[in-house]
Amino acid sequence: MYFLPLFIGLPLFGAFVLSLIKPRRVGDVLANLINLSLLVISFLLLRFGTLVYKIGGWEPVNGIPIGIYWVKDGLSTLMLIIVNLVALMATIFSVNYMERFTEKNRYYCLFLLMLAGMNGVILSGDMFNLFVFLEIASIASYSLVAFGTGAEELEAAFKYQIMGTIASSFILFGIALLYSYTGTLNMADMARVLATKGTAPVVFVGALFIMGFGMKAAIMPFHAWLPDAHPSAPAPISAMLSGVLIKVLGIYALIRIIFNVFGITPVLSDILMVLGTISLMVGGLLAIGQRDFKRLLAYSSISQVGYIILGIGLGTPLGILGGLLHLLNHSVFKSLLFLNSGAVVYATGTRDMQKLGGLNGKMPVTGGSSFIASMSIAGVPPFSGFWSKLVIIIACLFANRFGFAIWAIVGSIITLAYYMKVQRDVFFGPLREDLRETKEVPGFMKFSMIILAVLCVSMGLLLIPQLRNILLTPAVEVLKNGIEYAGLISY
Amino acid sequence: MSEIVKTVSRIFAPLIIVFGIYVTLHGHLTPGGGFAGGLIIAGAVVLLVLAYGGEREKLEGEKKSTSRLESSGILLFWLVAVLGLVVGGIFFLNIMGKGLPFTIFSAGIIPVCNIAIAVEVGGAISTILLALVLFEKDEN
Repeated sequence: MYFLPLFIGLPLFGAFVLSLIKPRRVGDVLANLINLSLLVISFLLLRFGTLVYKIGGWEPVNGIPIGIYWVKDGLSTLMLIIVNLVALMATIFSVNYMERFTEKNRYYCLFLLMLAGMNGVILSGDMFNLFVFLEIASIASYSLVAFGTGAEELEAAFKYQIMGTIASSFILFGIALLYSYTGTLNMADMARVLATKGTAPVVFVGALFIMGFGMKAAIMPFHAWLPDAHPSAPAPISAMLSGVLIKVLGIYALIRIIFNVFGITPVLSDILMVLGTISLMVGGLLAIGQRDFKRLLAYSSISQVGYIILGIGLGTPLGILGGLLHLLNHSVFKSLLFLNSGAVVYATGTRDMQKLGGLNGKMPVTGGSSFIASMSIAGVPPFSGFWSKLVIIIACLFANRFGFAIWAIVGSIITLAYYMKVQRDVFFGPLREDLRETKEVPGFMKFSMIILAVLCVSMGLLLIPQLRNILLTPAVEVLKNGIEYAGLISY
Repeated sequence: MSEIVKTVSRIFAPLIIVFGIYVTLHGHLTPGGGFAGGLIIAGAVVLLVLAYGGEREKLEGEKKSTSRLESSGILLFWLVAVLGLVVGGIFFLNIMGKGLPFTIFSAGIIPVCNIAIAVEVGGAISTILLALVLFEKDEN
């Protein structure tokens, strides 16, 4: 309870202090220490059940909440662990990688602001507070995409900013409409009012939210900014954006509102599943044709987000379990793949796959870890991605949605195809003449890639009942119980 | 700029700053507050920079100090929030006396937050303005 505010307080402190001081070593040490302690705290949270934290100690008046509530339940704990794990790996990677950029401390400052925003979105139980944190994370990410300040980066960041702002306005309109209807901003209270007063505004507001959060999550018709923005950022930031940002700002916020505030209906469930299936097919097909390493990974993110939406949109406990496990797995292997691409750029200076080849001999750690990540994301047993995709497909079959199951299988084959292409073009085959001088990347970069690769291999174990009951089952329970979330108000 | 503009801005800038401080300090009593007060103070800086201009090096030094001011303002706000956590165990707890309503020393930590926001916003807006002026100088 006492340490919930640290998820916002610590990264904000780091961000503000690092904007004041120059020495690079201070930035390296401070950012890594903060992320390490946040990861430790988020694992400690597993020992607690549901916690409600009232900011400023504002108690409810006549049972009506007047202050901002933060809510930690099973789903938030899972998300906090994912976010802070990927953030720690990204900052460890940055120690070496960002040496080639100027203003390293400004980079850490923006990074920590983005992290504070994401932790805030996860913890917030208040609609407008969620929007504020969402904007903090988004605005920090716009500037991080532009961090290289080349023409391409600036163009991508501009596009990202315009699309992101449109998405935020949709979300704000939706929140305003809900507020005027229910007279409250507290999400639990809102769920209670909607359940008693009727769910009249849910159709229109739901459409606004699917557009807004869908744009943040890069679900298919709203995906156009992602293939520009994610490759342009520095590699650790690409890992954060594809690994966790789209999931927290998009998927987490969307499912939290749809399941816990509105209550999932068959129509909403169908919309989510159809959007998910379109994303996973089209994203995958577009990825096949890419020559740019990071751009291919960005299209692959769209495709994998489709799987998550498909699984969770199914609405059955098994589907939600598969969706959440795939969310966890995808943040690990996609951030690993982006770190791999960063290592390749660091060592060779290019990310055009036609100019690369045979790097396995020169960069064994990068090559090996990227092989594990590719097999994992393609769903080859026994790596982690196989298990989550298997659960999603089985869940579709159990729910008699055979069509969706077939699309999911086809999508998985397409994924395997384009990751085989990555492996063949970049890491296997004969070494090119101009790459003879390539060296393996420095120690910190190797360290974070190895840790993530180990996780890729071992995360299928989370399905074992003993481990599942610690991490995944509480998160599934939260979504399965739906608008019983309203009961939090009595805390 | 002409002598008239310079003289008028020299006379008005201190008044604008005083008004900005007034809006900030009465933020919990009257319309306005830290954000508005900070903007008004930054307005005085805009006026002076436009009227007097300055050498590149001088403006760059000023940008550095306004940027530092901004960071310390936001750090002060952070400190107010964390003091609640340290003293009372709750983030953003009101740790100061609530005072008599409608007097200047009332509303607990809100005036302190307003001052922090004013420093932050004033610093940020001035930094943005100076960055734009410096950018313009680079273009020419």
